[in-house]
Amino acid sequence: MNLHDTPAAQPVADPGLTIAGKTYASRLLVGTGKYRDFEETRAAVDASGTEIVTVTIRRVNIGQHANEPSLLDAVPPDRFTILPNTGGCYNAKDAVYTLQLARELLDGHPLCKLEVLGDEKTLFPNMPETLKAAETLVKDGFQVMVYCSDDPIQARILEDIGCVAVMPLASLIGSGMGILNPWNLSLIIEQARVPVIVDAGVGTASDAAIAMELGCDGVLMNTAIAGAREPIRMARAMRLAVEAGREAFLAGRIPRRFAASPSSPMAGRIA
Amino acid sequence: MTSLTIELNGAAHSMRQGETLHDLIDSLDLLGKRVAVAVNREVVPSPRWPKHILFPSDRVEVVVAIGGG
Repeated sequence: MNLHDTPAAQPVADPGLTIAGKTYASRLLVGTGKYRDFEETRAAVDASGTEIVTVTIRRVNIGQHANEPSLLDAVPPDRFTILPNTGGCYNAKDAVYTLQLARELLDGHPLCKLEVLGDEKTLFPNMPETLKAAETLVKDGFQVMVYCSDDPIQARILEDIGCVAVMPLASLIGSGMGILNPWNLSLIIEQARVPVIVDAGVGTASDAAIAMELGCDGVLMNTAIAGAREPIRMARAMRLAVEAGREAFLAGRIPRRFAASPSSPMAGRIA
Repeated sequence: MTSLTIELNGAAHSMRQGETLHDLIDSLDLLGKRVAVAVNREVVPSPRWPKHILFPSDRVEVVVAIGGG
């Protein structure tokens, strides 16, 4: 029988990442901080293939910048899903206020990234304040994607509150230390009914691939791309890694074993 | 006209009595720009700016989106 008489079934395409009812082909979310300029930001965003970009909300510099180009000209909201974050907020009140302003800025767009930080040294999430803010925001109609500790109980509580995605850190924000506790992430993934997105800690492409191989629904990163020697090339590397990791997850890896298993058949050996 | 002082993005800012949020945003060359505004930590949508008169000690916040993770 000719091998080509029975073509292997083509794998079913990945249906994509669905957050709050909207489906995205890309499972990579990228931040827009730390780039040299807006041109580099946009080039990296394009190279990453992302459809969701995070932005942060800050006071206008009075008397300056009135006619300078703005970030949202470089990554326009009609082209990308803009995910305003609460970076720099250390309590629930400030985070809620920031996102109310963000919603106004983005014409009522309810999707947001909640992060309430615990301290400047670790930028670890303050979970009690995060839970408080999440409750207020969900009641107010926000679709909350939430940066959280990699604790399955906290993740479940956030899901029960009504968050549309849980986003545990893989290691400290901006640290590039990679996936430090794959077991906790697996526990969260196993139980979650909303997307689980690794947020923070990715340092290089293999970290993103590992997150996806574990079964994460997506990866959010900023510094790993913006801080690379060639950010645009790294953005592409991350796109490929997220796709590769996802495909490997869907394909199902072989089990690890302690014994060798020859790839070539033993039958018909010459010797 | 009498002037008054408000707090704008954390700093003292002088305005004329009776001026509105719309006047303020106009004076900052920010009309038509993608900004959001709050007064005393309450978001004020742009259609309400022309009717929102500012008072002494009002705390006004004008924000934009910038790069961030």
